[in-house]
Amino acid sequence: MSHPSSPPGKDQQKPGRASSPGALPSAPGSDAAPGSAPRSAPGVTAPLLEARGFVKRFFGVTVLDGVSLSLAPGEVRALLGENGAGKSTIINLLSGVHQPDGGMLLLDGAPVRFTRPLEADHAGISVIRQELSLFPDLSVAEAIFAGHLPLNRLGLVDWRQMREAARKALARLGLEIDVRAPVASLSIAHQQMVEIARALTRKSRVVIMDEPTASLSPNEVAHLGEIIAQLSAGGVAVLYVSHRLDEIRAFCRTYTVLRDGKAVSAGLVSETDIPSLIRDMAGREVEIGAAGAARQPGAPVLELQHLASVPGGRGGQRVRDVSLVVRAGEILGLAGIVGAGRTETARMIFGLDPVGSGEILLNGRPFRAGSPAAAMAAGIGYVPEDRKGLSILPDRSVAENFALTGAVPAGPLGWNDRPGEAKALAGFVQRLGIRAASLRAPITTLSGGNQQKVILARWIALKPKLLIIDEPTRGIDVGAKEDVHSLIREIAAGGVAVLLISSDLPEVLALSDRIVTLREGETTSEQPAADATSEGLMARMTRHG
Amino acid sequence: MTKAQADELSRARMYALLGKLAPLIFLLALVIIFASLQPRFLLPLNLFNILRQVSIYGIIAIGMTFVILIRGIDLSVGALVAMSGLCAAVVAKGGIEGRFMLSADGSGYHWALAALAAILAGTVAGLLQGMAVAWLSVPAFVVTLGGMTVFRGIALTIGNGGPISGFDEAFGWWGRGMIGPVPVPVLIFAAVALIAWVVLTQTRFGRAVYAVGSNPDAARLSGINVSGVTLSVYALIGFCSGLGGFVLASRLNSAEAVAGTGYELTAIAAVVIGGTSLYGGTGGVAGTVIGALLTGVLLNGLVILNVSPYTQQILVGLIIVAAVAFDHFIKRQSR
Repeated sequence: MSHPSSPPGKDQQKPGRASSPGALPSAPGSDAAPGSAPRSAPGVTAPLLEARGFVKRFFGVTVLDGVSLSLAPGEVRALLGENGAGKSTIINLLSGVHQPDGGMLLLDGAPVRFTRPLEADHAGISVIRQELSLFPDLSVAEAIFAGHLPLNRLGLVDWRQMREAARKALARLGLEIDVRAPVASLSIAHQQMVEIARALTRKSRVVIMDEPTASLSPNEVAHLGEIIAQLSAGGVAVLYVSHRLDEIRAFCRTYTVLRDGKAVSAGLVSETDIPSLIRDMAGREVEIGAAGAARQPGAPVLELQHLASVPGGRGGQRVRDVSLVVRAGEILGLAGIVGAGRTETARMIFGLDPVGSGEILLNGRPFRAGSPAAAMAAGIGYVPEDRKGLSILPDRSVAENFALTGAVPAGPLGWNDRPGEAKALAGFVQRLGIRAASLRAPITTLSGGNQQKVILARWIALKPKLLIIDEPTRGIDVGAKEDVHSLIREIAAGGVAVLLISSDLPEVLALSDRIVTLREGETTSEQPAADATSEGLMARMTRHG
Repeated sequence: MTKAQADELSRARMYALLGKLAPLIFLLALVIIFASLQPRFLLPLNLFNILRQVSIYGIIAIGMTFVILIRGIDLSVGALVAMSGLCAAVVAKGGIEGRFMLSADGSGYHWALAALAAILAGTVAGLLQGMAVAWLSVPAFVVTLGGMTVFRGIALTIGNGGPISGFDEAFGWWGRGMIGPVPVPVLIFAAVALIAWVVLTQTRFGRAVYAVGSNPDAARLSGINVSGVTLSVYALIGFCSGLGGFVLASRLNSAEAVAGTGYELTAIAAVVIGGTSLYGGTGGVAGTVIGALLTGVLLNGLVILNVSPYTQQILVGLIIVAAVAFDHFIKRQSR
């Protein structure tokens, strides 16, 4: 079966692309892969953990309305739903962060009530959170054992044992890193693996994973699949929360779909298909189509010639030899696994990091941006990957977030042109379908997808000649994803050169005109998207040749 | 948008509004309490007295608002008030008798030059601290803690430890004069607050200040010159301190190195009580004005009620902590 972005109806039109077996190279023929282990477990086992008719209100607002779900030993259950459907609330109720206002929680068939997260933790329920809850300044080993440090006979921390156990737990995940290194020095993907290792060392009976693969590379995702299978085989129940439907098909046996605080469907993953899951989540048919009308690319806007970053920087020399061309009116997909140097390449172009060697040509002339302001003046826009960390001003209004790049010029004395900005924003709200109750409310009151649209609007309003978009749809829901995709196509159709960075291969395939692959900081291939397949790209992202 | 989201939003809004109005409600409550306990509190003379007392650290608190909005802090303002006050005094007197003379005939200079000297001294000192914060990435706390000692030392050096007193009428008008029933320092405070409010809410610079405080990385990625904003903000609080130093010297008819002691904490308290978050990005001048008034009303009211000065300190300290705790609570609720 294919990825959500390639519904069956499109298969005839784009046979080489849409019918490729999804983004999960690890699970070719996902039916036989890691996910098969839990599937053999019969559904008759008594539930280990069961939520019955969960109701949760915040200040009179019902966010969960009678949701029930259960986890049997060894069961791997997918929990799906758009942002705001109530997934996080369920996680918080199961893990003792919040207490239900109605319904009950049963552990081994007996009602329990967790008043604090620690109580859930002691009952063997671990949560791997999407927002990393790690301690950035602690060492990897300390982070893994924080809260249950092994002690020696004197009651002091047994460092040797702790490091050894941490090393073992990480080895199970296929990760060999210095357990004495501070967590902050790791990549996000590795931090996530540390978080998973933390759950592994706790001998948990129930592991809840909230979007665990958001920043993992395909190899790491595959590895995670094996871990989940291992856990399941050992009788651990897993609640797997993810937007990535192909992972759910590969890893999970059962599923529950939430919409607006209610469980709208549940059952066996093997008895449903991705289009129906998407339909259940969105409450409507979502057509995620492949590339639109063929575009006619114009003159080269950006050209990179053997670009390399400064050696010996943080995390070593991430970019070593990158060459590519982006033309006006085309989308160039830049594909690579985490750590391949995609974001670092973008940062050099935009003047955020120094260039080590090689050449950047903008409109045919050598170009070095000393700062983002200089890059913007040269007609470059950059939508960074980390929306929360690098894009939004969390305390400020939607309108102010939109106006941040100064696309609407200020009057004399730097006087803000509020009416002009409001007008420009209103245009984007309509064009991009931004759903916001108020444009004067903080941007954090919007869903992730709508926040991303505001950020895109901020950059489009500048009318850039080159727009670099890094992971445009990470962590946003299915409906918004399609909106963002058509927006990106529209931008390119307007003559803008688009450099699209994404680890979501179906997304790269669906949007790009041409695709360049990166591996360990080097470009390994370039081809028209029409000739590309997920497997082919993956091979060039991960292996030689 | 679902109903849950809409309700969530209105809840967040309610808390945001509550957070904005809380200082005003506190202020009114205090006024009512003091007035009912001691009717003398409400006499116009006393009210203008409060305003006059508030105005000097109020001016500094306006500058401090900008600093705290970009997640900074400035502990040097009290010392800067003393230093710039002495600069003004030296210029106004044309030197210090028996030590050095600025003018050939030993006569003093016009008050305008004295004011300029104070403001210039404050602004340059602020700019230097801003450079250390913006370019050398030294934490503002450390830079201004050092600055606090340095500027106090410079003040002691200028005055040789003693006061410089006795200025002409025109110089004294800025601190003691009245326009109608309103003391001049109050008008200066009002003007500074008004200009700052306009800059923060209506101009690109004001928006950049909020952006840098809200998310410096996002601000930089959006083309905002974060170092430039940081520099300007520290220069600006230096300007406010210089102005405050001049007005204080004028009001006391004397400048000395121990002037302005503790102003940094009063100014920070006014800003924080006024609802500007120490985490940056939210708050503003209106809150600071209320925060400054609140501090002034509290001190004045406690004096009028004959509360011992020792107890006064305890109460003021507790109120500051309560204000920050409240701010933190509101922030969590409106997320």
